[in-house]
Amino acid sequence: MSSPVYRFFEWLDARLEPVRERAPRVPVPEPVRQRWQQGGRLWRRLGPLRYLVAAGLMALIPPLMERGWFPILNGTYGQTVLFNTGYWILLTLGLGVVVGLAGLLDLGYVAFFLLGSYTTALMTHSGAPGQFHFVEWPTWAALPFALIVAMVAGVAIGLPTLRLRGDYLAIVTLGFHEIMLEVMNNLGITNGPRGIPAIPTPSISIGSFHYDFGLNPAPYWWFLLIPAIILAVIMVQRLDGSRVGRYWTAIREDEVAASAMGVPIVKMKVLAFVIGASTSGIAGWIYATNVTFIDPTSFPLLLSVLVLCSVVIGGLGSIGGAVLGAILVQAVPEAVRQLSGGNTLFGFDPLTGRIAIFGAVLIIVMIYRPGGLLAARRRRTEMVTPGPESGVVVDDASATEQEVAPADDVHSAGGRST
Amino acid sequence: MTALLEVEDVTMEFGGLRALSEVTFAIDKGEIFGLIGPNGAGKTTLFNSITGVYPPTRGRIVFAGRPITGLRPDRIVQLGICRTFQQIRLFPFMTALENVMVGVDARHRTSVPGALLHLPRFKREEAEGEARALELLHYVGIGRFANELAANLSYGDQRRLEIARALGTGPSLLLLDEPAAGMNPAEKNALRDLIRKIRDSGITVLLIEHDMRVVMGLSDRVAVLDHGVLIAEGRPESVQRDPKVIQAYLGTGAAGDGEAATGEAG
Repeated sequence: MSSPVYRFFEWLDARLEPVRERAPRVPVPEPVRQRWQQGGRLWRRLGPLRYLVAAGLMALIPPLMERGWFPILNGTYGQTVLFNTGYWILLTLGLGVVVGLAGLLDLGYVAFFLLGSYTTALMTHSGAPGQFHFVEWPTWAALPFALIVAMVAGVAIGLPTLRLRGDYLAIVTLGFHEIMLEVMNNLGITNGPRGIPAIPTPSISIGSFHYDFGLNPAPYWWFLLIPAIILAVIMVQRLDGSRVGRYWTAIREDEVAASAMGVPIVKMKVLAFVIGASTSGIAGWIYATNVTFIDPTSFPLLLSVLVLCSVVIGGLGSIGGAVLGAILVQAVPEAVRQLSGGNTLFGFDPLTGRIAIFGAVLIIVMIYRPGGLLAARRRRTEMVTPGPESGVVVDDASATEQEVAPADDVHSAGGRST
Repeated sequence: MTALLEVEDVTMEFGGLRALSEVTFAIDKGEIFGLIGPNGAGKTTLFNSITGVYPPTRGRIVFAGRPITGLRPDRIVQLGICRTFQQIRLFPFMTALENVMVGVDARHRTSVPGALLHLPRFKREEAEGEARALELLHYVGIGRFANELAANLSYGDQRRLEIARALGTGPSLLLLDEPAAGMNPAEKNALRDLIRKIRDSGITVLLIEHDMRVVMGLSDRVAVLDHGVLIAEGRPESVQRDPKVIQAYLGTGAAGDGEAATGEAG
């Protein structure tokens, strides 16, 4: 296992180690939770200020882009890519809660995004002549509804399905996404496959200041995304560092034990779904108002898979990972598209082949970094450490069954008949 | 003495297989109650019925005057019953302290709003939880490993950590499923002292154990299960001499010596 790629990651790890701050082997009373905390010491010392700093840094991107600081992505094109990356970060953060923190494999996450978008569209668009017309509220008024509908959908899909585990849950969520697509394709009010056009864009009026977000992906769309992303990050961080996050971790690591320690399993799983859905509701609102036209083909199943790819490639359970994953899935392929410019490498055109490159990168990352590039420390440990050797049972269906079924009490014959 | 836990006619069937049949006994407040029996006798099934992993097919379980049959496991923990597992089931990649904090969290109520807004209760409960967890780690004697991953602890320490985690939920009845399994004699002695200490702090203990020295030395009363049937119950000395018990462990024809059951039964 000392291929160049592996050595590269080792090298990268060693470089990043001081930044991540290794927990001391000899325990001291205080830094207990710090072991898993993210970001360097300096970053944490900033306290709540760090969010302002982050927002400031993010706000710098569009002006710098205007000046051509980003060699490949610039101009209107760059702004569009930036916007796409932005809402994608929201999606990745949300799914990161479900997959990275609670450990539930959700393959239909984009269904919540779809619901947020459609809710926004239905509540705001003025409707073409003869077309179904719901209400015509200001775009901002639709925001809480997009959020609530997505979250309620999280409960609706979560309550019946979250008794399932692993593969079964994945299939059910996949089905949920497909069902949503079919519903949107066939409902009258959603205008079926023809989609909903003319979704108004939001505008801001404060005193004499007035700005109308237009079709043109001007930098201000990004400024709309910054507070959403920062709030989502704060939400994920705070939940992770609380009783809720501990319960999610406990469920992920050993559901039976968690249940025996008083963790309300189904409730906490539904909560993970709801929290995850919340960011996609917001993302759906921003997306719908930005593109102004949505139809079912805007939300293909592939999108769910791609969000999951972002989460996994970026790093399970970490915020930096979510951001990195979003950039890798949204921005990097676009950059490659620009780079290629008709140049081919041994007859291989990066423009058409970028998805293949992406697939190859995904495979390489999964082999050498199963937890993702910037996985949370705990997640990385979980992925790398083989369970049985340590004498501790790791998230393994057969072991789970063994303890719950009367393994001790019933002689092997027929013991699993429950 | 008042009965803390009453198990009445509990029958547990898995398909055609009867794992427990009409088991009835009561545990008094403040005692250490040993539950023994050959492998496959139904001991862990009984634990699973009491803790709500699966409700019994028939029968009633009453805890502190309140029927708990069919309640969800987390509700039963809230009421004050907590258990450890025969095969260690810690949260391997949480630190020892975090493991216990999960237990302590059962007594807490912070949910999403509190965590998001860092409300006073969140701060109080986090601080309390951490302090209480650390205290419990010291109590079971592994305080120095607070920041160590549970998976990195030695086998005996993992068993202790499981006990600390269960104690974190603030139980009035603690169910220990073979806590001494795999321990060396020194660790077993320390464990005996620990279980006594837990009892003396006012927690009733229901103990499944194969090590006769541990179970007979500790228990105020012992019940014997064999093939799902309660065949004996009483003080350790009398149970040890019970011919039915000797027969269950050693088969018919074994000399009814009484000493036979005092060895390390396997």
